[in-house]
Amino acid sequence: MPPDFLAQNLPLLLKGAGMTLRLAFLAFVIGLVLGTFVGLARLSPWRPLALLTTAYVEVLRGTPLMVQLLLIVFGIPQALGLQVDEFRAAVVAFGINSSAYVGEIVRAGIQSLDRGQMEAARSLGMSYAQAMRWVILPQALRRVIPPLVNEGVTLLKETSVVAMIALTDLTRSAQLVASRTYRPFPAYLTAAAIYFAMTFTFSRLAALVERRLRVE
Amino acid sequence: MIRIEGLHKRFGKLHVLKGIDLHVRPGEVVCIIGPSGSGKSTLLRCINRLEEPTEGRIYIAGRPLPPGGRELDQVRAELGMVFQRFHLFPHMTALENVMSGPVIVKGMDRAAARRLALELLAKVGLQDKADAYPAQLSGGQQQRVAIARALAMEPKAMLFDEPTSALDPELVGEVLAVMKDLAREGMTMVVVTHEMGFAREVADRVIFMDGGVIVEEGPPEVIFTSPREERTRAFLSKVLRV
Repeated sequence: MPPDFLAQNLPLLLKGAGMTLRLAFLAFVIGLVLGTFVGLARLSPWRPLALLTTAYVEVLRGTPLMVQLLLIVFGIPQALGLQVDEFRAAVVAFGINSSAYVGEIVRAGIQSLDRGQMEAARSLGMSYAQAMRWVILPQALRRVIPPLVNEGVTLLKETSVVAMIALTDLTRSAQLVASRTYRPFPAYLTAAAIYFAMTFTFSRLAALVERRLRVE
Repeated sequence: MIRIEGLHKRFGKLHVLKGIDLHVRPGEVVCIIGPSGSGKSTLLRCINRLEEPTEGRIYIAGRPLPPGGRELDQVRAELGMVFQRFHLFPHMTALENVMSGPVIVKGMDRAAARRLALELLAKVGLQDKADAYPAQLSGGQQQRVAIARALAMEPKAMLFDEPTSALDPELVGEVLAVMKDLAREGMTMVVVTHEMGFAREVADRVIFMDGGVIVEEGPPEVIFTSPREERTRAFLSKVLRV
């Protein structure tokens, strides 16, 4: 790749990468927090709550992310007569979408634990909430790190659909560079390299955390 | 201490307990023996409502066992339970396992809970293993920690669900020794077990269950030497043959 191409276009691409990273990070935080509650609610002994969250997960998994994004950024604000900031709306859209997947991961992590753990905690007199907080979740957390990393990587890559709503993320920046220079190959190749650098760093960091948390 | 009246338990079509009446007096050690599938573990698990009884009444210290909620948690806190497969919390050290009940359930401050837990670990002979994680302990050591964890709640009675069945034979003795100490101190105990030697030596009363009913009960010297029921004789001749 010619050095002058990089020198001229890298700043724009990196700026786009910055937006991608912010978008993915904020959405992932929302997804983790909301998703933990979704996972817990799906296992709730109170049936209506479990059914409601099951429906929530099914709908979010069963419709395209891009349609959800367009609905939240354009559809809902217009129907309600609201002005929204596209970036914030996109964060919310990706966060909600991710919460469905995180919810399933958390649920599976909890269910993978021996039933005896809950029974032992309850037989000591712990309430359901105390048993979850002190016995079940700390163990489930360790088990769900690998699938959560997977979800984070997927989320970061999927944010590229915001090009649709005219936010200048990494993919959109690459499109701009490609059309400005008439050289799509180096433009998209550089974008791919930056995406990979971000996801790879993330998964290495997560592997480090996982090793730290492992019970000796 | 524990009174059970007309207890039935069905799992779908399976009728596991078919009308159990049992009264355990304070300080009494009751051993429940019988073939697998006879319902003895289910009976034990109904006493602290880990299994929901289908029919019948259970009273703990004179009060009906609450159906759920905070009241049930309180009753469970007063009934120690020891499981066949220990179920220690693997992310906590032995000490933290023993502290968990007092700290989380009773809100005891950590320093006091720590003193109590160290005392109890010493009682089961494991003071030097306080900082070990369950995965670093043998089965017998894990089960002794589990007993200490249950004792930390200062229970009025202890329920043991085949506490030595998952242990290598050479580790059974150390767990039974701890249980004998407890019995000697006057703890009310209900023990589901296959350890006939323990039942004979420690039990005040032995209950033989088969097919979801109590077939026969009585003092160990009677049950083991001159049982009235044919089914009891047949079972004992099989397990005592060796």
